[in-house]
Amino acid sequence: MASTDVASSESRSEKKQEQLDSVVIRFCGDSGDGMQLAGTQFTNVSAIFGNDVSTLPDFPAEIRAPAGSLAGVSGFQLSFSDHDIYTPGDEVDTLVAMNPAALKTNLKDLKKGGTLIVNEDSFDRNGLTKAAYQENPLDEDLLSSTYRLHRVSMTRLTRDAVEGLGLSNSEADRSKNFFALGLVYWLYDRDQQPTLDWVTEKFAKKPTIAEANIRALKAGRNFGDSTEAFAVHYRVAPAKLPPGKYRKITGNEALAIGLVTAAKQAGKNLFYAGYPITPASDILHELSKLKNFGVRTFQAEDEIAAMSAAVGGAFAGQLAITASSGPGICLKGEAMGLAVITELPVVIVNVQRGGPSTGLPTKTEQSDLLLSMFGRNGESPLPILAAASPSDCFEIAQQAMRIAVKYMTPVVLLSDGYIGNGAEPWKIPDISELVKISVSHPDQPNENGHFRPYLRDDRFVRPWAIPGTPHLEHRLGGLEKANVTGNVEYSPENHQLMTDIRAQKIRGIANDIPEQDLFGVNSGELLVISWGGTFGAVRTAVQEFTLNNQSVAHTHLRYLNPFPRNLAEIISRFEKVLIPELNNGQLRMLIRSEFLVDAQGLNKIQGKPFLVHEVRDAIEKMLKDHH
Amino acid sequence: MTTELPVLTAKDFASDQELRWCPRCGDYSILAQMKKILPTLGLPKEKIVFISGIGCSSRFPYYLNTYGFHGIHGRAPAIASGVKISNPDLNVWVITGDGDALSIGGNHLIHAIRRNVDLNIVLFNNQIYGLTKGQYSPTSPVGKRTKSSPYGSVDNPISPLCVAIGSEATFVARAVDVDIKHLCMVLERAAHHKGTSFVEVYQDCNVFNSGAFFYASKKNQKQDNVLYLEHGKPLVFGKNREKGIRVSEMSRPEIVELGNGVSEDDLLFHDEKAEEPSLAFLLARMRHPQFPEPVGIFRDVERPVYDEAVNTQLEEVVKEKGEGNLEELYNSGDTWTVS
Repeated sequence: MASTDVASSESRSEKKQEQLDSVVIRFCGDSGDGMQLAGTQFTNVSAIFGNDVSTLPDFPAEIRAPAGSLAGVSGFQLSFSDHDIYTPGDEVDTLVAMNPAALKTNLKDLKKGGTLIVNEDSFDRNGLTKAAYQENPLDEDLLSSTYRLHRVSMTRLTRDAVEGLGLSNSEADRSKNFFALGLVYWLYDRDQQPTLDWVTEKFAKKPTIAEANIRALKAGRNFGDSTEAFAVHYRVAPAKLPPGKYRKITGNEALAIGLVTAAKQAGKNLFYAGYPITPASDILHELSKLKNFGVRTFQAEDEIAAMSAAVGGAFAGQLAITASSGPGICLKGEAMGLAVITELPVVIVNVQRGGPSTGLPTKTEQSDLLLSMFGRNGESPLPILAAASPSDCFEIAQQAMRIAVKYMTPVVLLSDGYIGNGAEPWKIPDISELVKISVSHPDQPNENGHFRPYLRDDRFVRPWAIPGTPHLEHRLGGLEKANVTGNVEYSPENHQLMTDIRAQKIRGIANDIPEQDLFGVNSGELLVISWGGTFGAVRTAVQEFTLNNQSVAHTHLRYLNPFPRNLAEIISRFEKVLIPELNNGQLRMLIRSEFLVDAQGLNKIQGKPFLVHEVRDAIEKMLKDHH
Repeated sequence: MTTELPVLTAKDFASDQELRWCPRCGDYSILAQMKKILPTLGLPKEKIVFISGIGCSSRFPYYLNTYGFHGIHGRAPAIASGVKISNPDLNVWVITGDGDALSIGGNHLIHAIRRNVDLNIVLFNNQIYGLTKGQYSPTSPVGKRTKSSPYGSVDNPISPLCVAIGSEATFVARAVDVDIKHLCMVLERAAHHKGTSFVEVYQDCNVFNSGAFFYASKKNQKQDNVLYLEHGKPLVFGKNREKGIRVSEMSRPEIVELGNGVSEDDLLFHDEKAEEPSLAFLLARMRHPQFPEPVGIFRDVERPVYDEAVNTQLEEVVKEKGEGNLEELYNSGDTWTVS
């Protein structure tokens, strides 16, 4: 598809243009209003233009909650800027609300003085009742005095725009998200061409729908340009990102591409066994498209079967993967234990969501760290890695696979709904810079003409002999093994030995992962430790203090078991430790028990990522308490 | 090019592990017959994989010198599916029991069968939980007194063959542990079938459920209680082959005495190749003591094989799109350059 060099898009408008360095927009409306599409398109054109972008899709678990209801509101927030950004923003500069329910649930996030664009046609009696408004809020002085309110008759204007195409009103109304998008494109001087191309391709078989969407988009843009209500529009210059070729990527896409890359690097085929679950299904969708990379995808009958089949695939010599979210990981626990005792390489991806039980399927949370650590019977240690951002999923997936095959162990890779669905620019890597992964399978007996499946190397790793290889016939299984021979063995000494070996093997991985890095002061008052999807909010908050020369540092963990070998030493250089997490203190529990440090927590369990100011306030409080 | 295969015997398939089943367990006979037929398959040992779940039967892989995997309770069909999809060259067996396959693993069993993964599933049915020392199983009859049902089980039993047929199995058979020649024949046919082969073996647990199948295995009883299925032949049984199965006007099976105007031509004829599974289902529903229980091949038909389809589709996509190229994958979609 199109490759665009960054250049300023020429503004045709006669109106005044102001320069901004960063903007946060949120589109919100009914789940049927196409808000995810509008947000994704805005993200695409901004990324192609060269802004840094960060997104937060936020949608209900119901596919179609009752139209117009508060429960059915779907939103897409994105931040775009002329500099590096790590979060989709705390406060919204421009809110597009397609109906009263969307206004009611989203207005609190709009900053005072911000731009509020509403589809006033939807503020009829019916719409207001569904949103539990007694009076039309658009008529209240408070709204127009607090925000720059634009009442736009989007339904009517969209219908006018598509007139003559022979569409019914309900069909015409489906294009009103493009009208809203066109208007916002004008407001922020976006190039609409990538969206026009996308519509043409997407609706190639439905030219009338394509035409309707294109007309609505242009009508929205022209409306902004010609109406007096909009006096100014804005420009956000391209960001000064490191030189290179970029594309926009979501966490789930990056993860799938990272796994395929790992397989190619290892010269192996990928076997993915999964069961559909929000928010991990996109990994299955992405991989099932990539059969020409030798990817076999198996949509199993349940999560248990998916994990069991992955173990079978690993036994047969494939790079085996499964992905799920919390409830599915619970079911996989049994077969994960089987992979631990049979010492087979499998990567288990957990795109975390709100729990317990079914919990909040479409909302983000970080509450499965302890599940990953301890959620199996017996002493069953395994490595745990966590992605820090959507684009980081690409590298961390390769690292997970590298560790799995090098150490013959299942590996848990933690992502979350925020990372999985969120998007950001991704610098396309040079093939020569990829993670190196080597796999070898023995083809000869390893002890006096016999094959010993549990004869280990100096890192305690056993050989990966695969069925089909002559003379290496052996049996694996879930019963305790005798070291070396792999025969069933229940003796007390052997069980102690095998338990110790399995633990020692995993601990040894600390020598094979990068040393932990540190941002900010090298030693001093406060160390902030984070992991997973909170990276952006925490780094942005800490940055404010370091720019002020305050004694604060940030260390973000991508390796959670084992911890990086220098982490203890880093922690020892600070007087206080703060650990912000979207759970009730799971990393904090591990850090406290491992390093005997009185770490404090900042904990939020609301299905939403941290806002930067929440982390900033917590840091400030800890610094203040210090003096 | 043809490679000469070494001639193997049953001994070549014995592992160095001590057998730990109870003395006189029916599992010994099944293992012995398996060792007899494996050398006849024309496959080198390394191409054969035995996968099991949990239970007495599931120790089976340890006693064969092939590749093996002693899995977790009920999951053997899922583990085996992963193995077979990953490497369709392998000859994959699933060894399971009535509790393993029909209780905890029921879901995996039906889905492996409906996909028609090329697995040979052998279910040792002893109508009891043996390894956990004697609780009723999903195939135990109503009223069965066990450690967990001291007043008699009130659970209605499930029929393994009906489950298999209901899941659209392409190969369905039954055999009795000590009827060794017949068991060999059934295992051999199962091994050669493409797609899922499902074999139920009546297996005597002489410790916790002794005699459950004596009606079908004891010399003086079995002729009246077992009906040997033969493709294209009428359903005849009895000590002197004097009885047969006819279909009544109500489309129900009934036992008739041959002679007195009833000839073999009036009987139901077996057709294991019938695409429509009604006959196999009717046969599977015939239970002791109302009817003789059929043994042999109930059904042997062809249907696309899952693991072949997965791999064929993969090859077709490679042919159509060319082998995957990482650069192209990274650069798909809209890109932009920052200089």
